[in-house]
Amino acid sequence: MDFSAINPLTLIATMIVASIPVMSASIGELVVERSGVLNLGVEGMMIIGAACGFITAVETGLPIAGVIAGVAAGAALSLVFGLLTQYLHSNQVATGLALTLFGLGFAALLGQAYSGIKPPTFPRPEFGFLSEIPVIGVIAFSYDYLVYVSFLVVLAVWLFFKFTRSGLALRAIGENHDAAHALGYRVIRTRLLAIMFGGACAGLGGAYLSLIRVPQWTEGLTAGAGWIALALVVFASWRPLRVVLGAFLFGGVTLLQLNLQAVGVEINAAYLSMSPYVVTILVLVVMSSAKLRGANAAPASLGRPFHLSA
Amino acid sequence: MNFRRLRTVLAVSAGATALLVSAVAAEPLKVGFIYVGPVTDFGWTYEHDQGRLAVEEALGDKVETTYIESVPEGADAERVLTQMALSGNKLIFTTSFGYMDPTINVAAKFPDVKFEHATGFKRADNVSTYSARFYEGRAMIGHIAGKMTKTNKIGYVASYPIPEVIRGINAAYLHAKKANPDVEFKIVWVFTWFDPAKEASAAETLISQGVDIIMTHTDSPASMNLAEANGIHAFGQASDMSKFGPNAQLTAIIDNWGPYYVSRAQAVIDGTWESVDTWDGIAPGMVAFAPFSDQIPADVQAEAQAIADSIAAGTYHPFTGPINRQDGSPWLAEGEVADDGTLVGMNFYVEGVEGSIPE
Repeated sequence: MDFSAINPLTLIATMIVASIPVMSASIGELVVERSGVLNLGVEGMMIIGAACGFITAVETGLPIAGVIAGVAAGAALSLVFGLLTQYLHSNQVATGLALTLFGLGFAALLGQAYSGIKPPTFPRPEFGFLSEIPVIGVIAFSYDYLVYVSFLVVLAVWLFFKFTRSGLALRAIGENHDAAHALGYRVIRTRLLAIMFGGACAGLGGAYLSLIRVPQWTEGLTAGAGWIALALVVFASWRPLRVVLGAFLFGGVTLLQLNLQAVGVEINAAYLSMSPYVVTILVLVVMSSAKLRGANAAPASLGRPFHLSA
Repeated sequence: MNFRRLRTVLAVSAGATALLVSAVAAEPLKVGFIYVGPVTDFGWTYEHDQGRLAVEEALGDKVETTYIESVPEGADAERVLTQMALSGNKLIFTTSFGYMDPTINVAAKFPDVKFEHATGFKRADNVSTYSARFYEGRAMIGHIAGKMTKTNKIGYVASYPIPEVIRGINAAYLHAKKANPDVEFKIVWVFTWFDPAKEASAAETLISQGVDIIMTHTDSPASMNLAEANGIHAFGQASDMSKFGPNAQLTAIIDNWGPYYVSRAQAVIDGTWESVDTWDGIAPGMVAFAPFSDQIPADVQAEAQAIADSIAAGTYHPFTGPINRQDGSPWLAEGEVADDGTLVGMNFYVEGVEGSIPE
């Protein structure tokens, strides 16, 4: 076997690209969960984003319109979840699962006539001399716009939690919605906005898949990426910057495995495929050990319904 | 529902059944198809559906076809097949290797329904098997790949390590090697027939490792997309994929099931259907090709065509000795031709292919 065939820089760059859909969906879900809501419909919102983004891009000929439509579609679907769980007090777990099932089916229906069509090509940024710089040129300046947008979103979420008053309020609502309510924060409105942000991010991840990564529309295109995004939030122990690391690990592991195969390393594909999940379980076990006090990592009100009258 | 009403319903449905039985002679033959992917995959399943449409076109009112797409291989397939048989289909095509055991199981329960299973090796009185000798096509594209590669590295996106796929790798490798002794195959297994994102990742990996020609044995045009975007070449798989890679596609192996499906449906109508094992290649047209890209030099086109023609004429077999197994032990002696039994169960690489077949 000949490891020199693997160019580590290209590998890292492709792993970063592969991690974008889960990273985007995951940072959205992280905000939702920090506000105390568990939305298991990530997969459904992603695929709706992928389908609507693709259809819009094909119909208008504008890739950017596709991205916007994907984001809007994800947010719109999440709004259904938000209305059901926040105003009608339906069970969050069941509603989220229903959202996934609905999204998969509805996306398949929408996309019927769009299989096998090539979407308009997404323009790539030109960095000029920057992309000529050794090492950094490949790792930092070789991507399409959405990769940078996704990283900016993660950074923005981190800044929002860390330095803004409303970020603090959102976290407070996720920890104890009754106390936050007593302080005068609008629990339901904040949660609804968080849910829509989560939907928008999932839609962005989906649109990235169908417009840039693959680029093609097929039924079941997301192939479980939404579930990975959910596991990733737990792996990141609800911290925004850890999502980047986790996404790199979760999204890149398939590519790593394919690369190893191509140079002839004999490793059972199943081991690598399960590795991110094994790591997630390990992280959970370590975190929940009493000394690390990590058991408190999950927002205390996560998944609990909030009644104004309570 | 009270008892009297139930009795009425039973009586009515019994009457309806009797009516149906008496009307059976005039009824069209119901033909069912189950597909492993969506009909719009523009690869494997798409071509099976083209075959179904050919049946409708050729036999018109005499048949009524239905299909169910994206049926997972395994227990789910058994449920779908049972449903199909119960809803009156008398001829059912099960179009993926993984439907083999479900087909056999369901066929045992419905002895008067005829089943046709693609690419498998288990038969019964009412189960035929059929497949195409895709390796004949792969011999030809292997030759083209050997002649066209500049980096001497050819990438191969493989699905599952089953004989069908391994045979294709061997046939392509042998002929690429003959055309270009320096050629090297990089094979990645993706363990799926249809997952465009994963297929794209595999193609991307191969490209990053320096291959300039990609062959695939999966069902979507994802690799073709990637090849086009990276300015390298690829071969269409199962269907003409030139619209996904107008510059990238050199040619494509096309699965042409239509004539076979028509003849089998006709046989059921005529009452002459028998359980058989069909394995047709280029000669009867079950394996066909998309037009050569004009990027292939004329002399290479001529050589490739000559290979296809000699296979069709029966004067050349893609597995003609001397060929050794990967471990160096002899398989075929000088001039010896592989027998179908070995080909059907092929579970070894030929000498020169690197890596091992995953378990």
